[in-house]
Amino acid sequence: MWRVATVVGLHDETATARTITLTLPNWPGHVAGQHVDARLTAPDGYSAVRSYSIASASNSKNQIEITVERLPNGEVSPYLTQELAVGDQLELRGPIGRWFVWSTEQREPIQLIAGGSGIVPLMAMIRSRVATPTRGNPPFRLLYSVRAPEAIFYRDDLQAIPSEDSSVVVNYAYTRTAPKDWPRLPGRIDKDLILSATWASSVAATFYICGPTGFVESVADLLGTAGNRRENIRTERFGPTGERK
Amino acid sequence: MKSQTCSYLDGNAAAGELSRIFALDITAAKGQCANCGAKRHFAEAHLYVQCPGLVARCAVCNHVLLRLVNAGQRMVLDMRGMTYLAVEISQSHESTVVV
Repeated sequence: MWRVATVVGLHDETATARTITLTLPNWPGHVAGQHVDARLTAPDGYSAVRSYSIASASNSKNQIEITVERLPNGEVSPYLTQELAVGDQLELRGPIGRWFVWSTEQREPIQLIAGGSGIVPLMAMIRSRVATPTRGNPPFRLLYSVRAPEAIFYRDDLQAIPSEDSSVVVNYAYTRTAPKDWPRLPGRIDKDLILSATWASSVAATFYICGPTGFVESVADLLGTAGNRRENIRTERFGPTGERK
Repeated sequence: MKSQTCSYLDGNAAAGELSRIFALDITAAKGQCANCGAKRHFAEAHLYVQCPGLVARCAVCNHVLLRLVNAGQRMVLDMRGMTYLAVEISQSHESTVVV
């Protein structure tokens, strides 16, 4: 059940978040949106398990990436983001979860809405979508709510999405500090932004919302008010309780 | 009805622990709440983890659907809050990823 993964790469996304690339022998492959559980065991036998979404595309061979945000009083995340080194090993269980996933067989338009580090499983979906650019693949939209420009994860990958390929459209909602001349004042996602930056309810898109519990709650309510059906909305909340992501 | 606090996750966060017991992922399965009759995917339940174990509550009426307690070498599972759970057995094929 638990597999031993080896760290083969480390990359800082922001001042507090780090992407860890791991190799896992006999990894069965994953579907975008799935997560892994990581178990750390202290010399005295005490162990802690935390869930982390997979950030890499679904076709990565025996290799996955997770991105971990450091929580100030975290038990596990400070170790993973500050002490873990290339060559170190981690115990992982997964891939896990069959609900908050996007499969390349889905044909309906997709709306992704991320709050902060909630971008991680949604990035796996975008990367999987970009990796299969065949005609007929559904159009994606991402609405990424982030504190400030410097808090954006996967900046290079998001910028590298070819502009002629308008099948993945990215919108940012800055909550505290926006770039100069940004057309919208910093603030949370509101009704107007939902109307302008997400698919209209008539499109019957599937929505994937990932973020802190309060964020997911508020966005899901706004989507409902905008006329979207609950059946089309999938959510993944995380909080300090589970130290998710 | 919404819960009083924001300290819950989604049912899908229980998938790892439940995979220790079930061969298939039951968080993607649809279950019926024994209290209000709502039929939802288990992943949509509200999951409380700040307790000795896991407690999943109905997203509609807040009734306890499932409790899972890990007591050393024994896991205790209480699912009486659901009248049934409909598991898609084809899901194992979906997990096959083209590489």
